[in-house]
Amino acid sequence: MAHGLDSYAAERERTARFLHTADGFARLRDEAWRQFVSMGFPTTQQEEWRFTSVASIADGGFMLAEPPESPALSIDIDPFRMTDVAAELVFVEGHYAASLSRSTVLPRDAHVDSLASALAANRERLRLHLAHADSFEGRPFVALNTAFLDDGAWIDLPAGSVLEQPLHLLFVASGGAGGRPFMTHPRVVVILGENSQASIVETFVGCDGARYFTNVVTEIVVGENAGLEHYKLQYEGNEGHHVGAIQVRAGRHARYASHSISLGGALVRNDLVAVLDGEGVECTLNGLYAADAERLVDNHTTIDHVRPHCGSREMYRGILADRARGVFNGKIIVRPDAQKTDAKQTNRALLLSEDARINTKPQLEIFANDVKCTHGAAVGQLDDEALFYLRSRGLGERTARRLLTHAFAADVLNRMPLESVRAKVDGRLQRQLARVLPDAA
Amino acid sequence: MKTRGMNAMLRIINLHAAAAGRNILRGIDLSIDAGAVHAIMGPNGSGKSTLAHVLAGHPEYQVTAGEVLYDGADLLAMAPESRARAGVFMAFQYPVEIPGVSNAYFLKAAVNAVRASKGQEELDAIEFMTLARERMTQLGVDEALLNRPVNEGFSGGEKKRNEIFQMAVLEPRLAILDETDSGLDIDALKIVANGVNAMRRADRAFLLVTHYQRLLNYVVPDMVHVLADGRIVRSGGKELALELEARGYGWLEAPAVAETSTGG
Repeated sequence: MAHGLDSYAAERERTARFLHTADGFARLRDEAWRQFVSMGFPTTQQEEWRFTSVASIADGGFMLAEPPESPALSIDIDPFRMTDVAAELVFVEGHYAASLSRSTVLPRDAHVDSLASALAANRERLRLHLAHADSFEGRPFVALNTAFLDDGAWIDLPAGSVLEQPLHLLFVASGGAGGRPFMTHPRVVVILGENSQASIVETFVGCDGARYFTNVVTEIVVGENAGLEHYKLQYEGNEGHHVGAIQVRAGRHARYASHSISLGGALVRNDLVAVLDGEGVECTLNGLYAADAERLVDNHTTIDHVRPHCGSREMYRGILADRARGVFNGKIIVRPDAQKTDAKQTNRALLLSEDARINTKPQLEIFANDVKCTHGAAVGQLDDEALFYLRSRGLGERTARRLLTHAFAADVLNRMPLESVRAKVDGRLQRQLARVLPDAA
Repeated sequence: MKTRGMNAMLRIINLHAAAAGRNILRGIDLSIDAGAVHAIMGPNGSGKSTLAHVLAGHPEYQVTAGEVLYDGADLLAMAPESRARAGVFMAFQYPVEIPGVSNAYFLKAAVNAVRASKGQEELDAIEFMTLARERMTQLGVDEALLNRPVNEGFSGGEKKRNEIFQMAVLEPRLAILDETDSGLDIDALKIVANGVNAMRRADRAFLLVTHYQRLLNYVVPDMVHVLADGRIVRSGGKELALELEARGYGWLEAPAVAETSTGG
């Protein structure tokens, strides 16, 4: 068996007894595993993984975390909870924790549930959608997630249902498995019926000092004229590995907005693919990442314009300090049928130290002729003139740097409609900046 | 010069400075007493702005010789923020736009940095707003300016007014205005001039760097200095500015000996 796969194969054998294998999805898991084995872990020889080595994941010896008898948390999750939610589902080491979760009255025929119970109930709509929006061909981590398919969230909103309050999925890596390196493979499936509307927040938090691997896949279908504001807040622990795939399929006149915030983790890879598969889709991708020490954050996005008259707006910003590394790859595909496409992409990275690095690449593949596509990338340091201006008014150098760095990030935060989320993210960002750029003693 | 006394607020002695490897200031001597308003005039490229930037501590200018004493202390050894906290303020000729930082947030941080350095209690949001509103009313500056990002999208006149507003809130002891009057229509110029006049006090000094005599119709200086090729070539009273207006700078090309002129 290929390099690094042995421990994963052993985990599959070992955990067969507690995975919900009697649920009718065993064949899907097996097929995914076969695909994963034939692909193996990606290497830096592959274009999509050129700057990101996953050797520490392949060789991590991670054990699948078993469902805890009663979830004992090594971290306080209260600061990460949201108030005023339609539902808040909490997952500990990848397993749904009913005792920590809560839900209000949802619209008729709406389902917000753990994936484990949806799998057990063998829901027809789940069978229809699971692993359809996100094929695992050529995508080893999606295949691996599917091979360990067990729990996660199932959100199914019928046509016309409008959620006034957000749904919150809180994934906690608490440090389980008796201090041994552990992994989770949560799966989130979101189906928004036509004319429905929702805000969904996915939060990932982890215990500092714990070695673990989160491998999450989120599949989203946004129905005709439906709207989704989708937040992903990644605050993994300082030794956490996070690989996340988000696959979106948006129908005619749908609106999809992603707000992807990456502030944690030692090694982070986010893949976001949005397929605009109907006329008049509006797609917004906002991203912010910040890393210090030796951490790596890799964002790969693809916006696939399939039909005419779709618009996409993408803005990513990164802040890299110390010896941190960032990767941004933003692909925009405009298919032959996608006339009148209006696509705009910008990505900027701020390097706060001489040793910080960013590899950034816009990638346009345009097969239609009547389109408007612009992209811009900029890598830089803080503006010296602005720094001097602030200092000339009495602000200390590091305070001035922090103020300018925060302003750079605020451009992304200000695009998030949910005020409560924005304020919390801002608070965490400010603390992170205070750590990287402390006031002079 | 009578301002040569040891009690001058600012003493510039044989100051030489360079930028990008080019010598710009070639021996400036100048003393400014508390309570005085000095104007520095001169043609483009004479070194006026360089002098202002060196005094404010801009890192792109290197002092190659000479010294500057501010209240007897070595000003050139101080970081820009330390100068600001000690009461030195420069109004920028081209104020920098800072997207994402509101004017109010920035100015409150500045006021409190200055206060903290003096061991004074920081102003809270309400106290700061009260102070800011008072100054805006005095200066006739639109309050909406406070909530906008620093200088972003401001017209030229708005930027200059914002500088004067900052000066009024920070209440410096030594205010250096770097061509604050350039590019202003007469109404904006009056706001700037009124701001300066309202702040004239026995314990505060002004250094007005200007290209045009026009400002001096509204702010009457105690001394006027003419800078050419990095040196002060003439110093005199306010009449000197009128003479310059009438005759241009050409007649001053041959350097006079600044030390012999008197006035003020």
